[in-house]
Amino acid sequence: MSTTENHDSAVTRERGKAPAGERIADWADGRLGIYSLAKSNMRKIFPDHWSFMLGEVCMYSFIIIILTGVYLTLFFHPSMTEVEYHGSYVPLQGQLMSEAFSSTLHISFDVRGGLLIRQIHHWAALIFLAGMFVHMMRVFFTGAFRKPREVNWLFGFLLFVLGMFTGFTGYSLPDDLLSGTGVRFTQGAILSMPIVGTYISMFLFGGEFPGHDFVARFYSIHILLLPGIMLGLMVGHLILVFYHKHTQFAGPGKSNKNVVGMPLLPVYMAKAGGFFFLVFGVIAAIAAVAQINPIWAMGPYRPDQVSTGAQPDWYMGFAEGLIRFMPGWEINLWGHTLVLGVFIPLVLFGVVLAALALYPFIEAWITGDKREHHILDRPRNAPTRTALGVAWVTMYMITLVGGGNDLWATHFHLSINTITWFVRIFFFVGPVIAYIATKRICLGLQRRDKDKVLHGRETGTIKRLPHGEFIEIHEPLSQEQLHTLTAHEQYEPAAIGATVDENGVERKVTGKEKLRAKISGAYFGEDQQIPKPTVEEYKEITSGHGHH
Amino acid sequence: MKKLSARRRHPLAALVVLLLALACTGGLYAAFAPASKAQADDSAQSLTIDEGKKLYAVGCASCHGTGGQGTSDGPSLVGVGAAAVDFQVGTGRMPAATSQGPQVVKKKNIYTQAEIDQLAAYISSLGSGPAVPTKAEYGPEGADIAKGGELFRTNCAQCHNFTGKGGALTKGKFAPTLEDVDPKHLYEAMQTGPQNMPSFPDTTLSEQNKKDIIAYLHAVNSSDTDNPGGLELGGVGPVSEGLFAWIFGLGALIAVAVWVAARTAKAKKS
Repeated sequence: MSTTENHDSAVTRERGKAPAGERIADWADGRLGIYSLAKSNMRKIFPDHWSFMLGEVCMYSFIIIILTGVYLTLFFHPSMTEVEYHGSYVPLQGQLMSEAFSSTLHISFDVRGGLLIRQIHHWAALIFLAGMFVHMMRVFFTGAFRKPREVNWLFGFLLFVLGMFTGFTGYSLPDDLLSGTGVRFTQGAILSMPIVGTYISMFLFGGEFPGHDFVARFYSIHILLLPGIMLGLMVGHLILVFYHKHTQFAGPGKSNKNVVGMPLLPVYMAKAGGFFFLVFGVIAAIAAVAQINPIWAMGPYRPDQVSTGAQPDWYMGFAEGLIRFMPGWEINLWGHTLVLGVFIPLVLFGVVLAALALYPFIEAWITGDKREHHILDRPRNAPTRTALGVAWVTMYMITLVGGGNDLWATHFHLSINTITWFVRIFFFVGPVIAYIATKRICLGLQRRDKDKVLHGRETGTIKRLPHGEFIEIHEPLSQEQLHTLTAHEQYEPAAIGATVDENGVERKVTGKEKLRAKISGAYFGEDQQIPKPTVEEYKEITSGHGHH
Repeated sequence: MKKLSARRRHPLAALVVLLLALACTGGLYAAFAPASKAQADDSAQSLTIDEGKKLYAVGCASCHGTGGQGTSDGPSLVGVGAAAVDFQVGTGRMPAATSQGPQVVKKKNIYTQAEIDQLAAYISSLGSGPAVPTKAEYGPEGADIAKGGELFRTNCAQCHNFTGKGGALTKGKFAPTLEDVDPKHLYEAMQTGPQNMPSFPDTTLSEQNKKDIIAYLHAVNSSDTDNPGGLELGGVGPVSEGLFAWIFGLGALIAVAVWVAARTAKAKKS
């Protein structure tokens, strides 16, 4: 290395001093190897589609949350020491409250820019979680989670779940009446766990609820532990996106082996950099215009007080809903109480999320497909997956309705009891209806695509033939369009393999195999997808009689 | 007699007759009318009660019975007091519409304050109850807003929300919003406990407590309240905030993403 450098410097001396930028780059390359890194990554290609930018929305809002969060830590005191408030918010003057609450009031009213930063932090958190939700749905409905991206799906899933808990712990920090109610709710859920519940609760709160510890503990979890893990996962998520390369929708020139799009530098750097400021701008504008979590209006937390309309932030709303519509069942046996009314929702909370995490592995098992997939599915071309996804979203949304049942009641002049019963029934029935409807819509769209391929696009031009017949002129699709509409592959339902081997020995068919064949039939069997038009069909129709 | 008849055409005769008649009427009145001053006031009161009774017969008796004893359609009004009448009629809740929903709602008041006072006088004549509070009782002077907030969160927020935005009760009933409700009506509602609301007599919430709560509500939930953070979004907590974040936050960002993605450097654009 040193000899080369000597040689290089000898050359440069002859030509005169190299520009400063080049010398800095040379310096860095000698130590960090940036040239080879840049060579392999600067021309990395990314495809263009608005839905591929949802992940960027999440990343940028996460960065905004970290930046604003750091500012908030400068003024927030994570302490539950009781103080008397003498700040500038009159309706709380002289009230006893924790230092956490009073320092949040201080941030909101007495720190320059404090309230705006607090609101940016909170709005960005809601948007971060909403962005992750939609990003995840995009990945789900286009089948981008398939091999080789299952691990990255899990990374993303973990980011979403950790984001939920980071949000929850942050929301609890100001120690206001609303968040305190939420913490109490969580403690109740922990207590409902058989055997271990009381121990976990005592451990988490350092004794009986609320104690004097939880704000300080949630603080380290909120600002250090969870965001640290999330940052690591996010970097891993991005490295995997680089390593796998981005997926793309089918189209002319696009294959499973290439990526068609624009290079990272300069195009995507410019676009992504600009997009960061657009995201920051939108969030800052919202934070400047709309109030969020006005803790001064809620008052300090006291376990003997509670308000109506106490809900968590939206991403925990489905947990709230599960509790609200669950009947208050409990079992009393041998002097112990099993609170099913809380414990079942707690289990469902895990099951609903786990279903999301495990889906890629379930689908891979059903299809038995071990190949890599870099071309995205159009949702209609995977009707069963799309229908299952819509069913899951429907269930999620119905539990959200359940979580806000009181506001539905007051704002739509309905009975809260009726809403609760509606939610109880539609928690089960809604996903079934959504599944059936979605599947029918997908199959309808597939038929439409097939029709377009075989008969062309309806032009809306009506022609009258010499003998009086009216026909609509169909315009054949371009080669590109034909390719795009027929690029997807269709699986055959998995059949149970030969039950008799070459020696005529019958083998036992396992239950697992039967189950797989059954589910596979439901995915890809007859009437579960519309067969793609074949070349022969296409030729037969396009070769002959003119009027189609 | 002749003497009298001879002078009957005297120019002053009419005057004398008038004086005599006046003296006679006055004397008779003095003899028969109730003598003391207090009793004269009572007659004014009874006049008010009479008027109130007439108004009652027209507007209230069909449900509450002709003597306020109550029927299957409405509760007895004996002992509810003037404060209850002033609240119910003053906020337009009474007389109730014939086809009621789950609860009687606030509507336009069709009575003048004088008529309400007459009705109140009639109802309180049936049995004593809380009187209409005076301005000194519900006015802002001497109120402790912060104490009122604490009392509100302890006693009222369960149904009316942190700052009195209202909330749902069972089967379509609800705790109404307290935004810009007349302080007198707030006081009366606490005192008498209309419909689903429990009553908070002075033994539970003292006069000073009520004054504090009213002052707190004025500070946090009236047209004079300012929201330092911007749009209040209904003040009902995270549900409306979440909805706003999805629609205007993520919605706007997706619109921006579509816009950015549509403006790409196209390598080959024919």
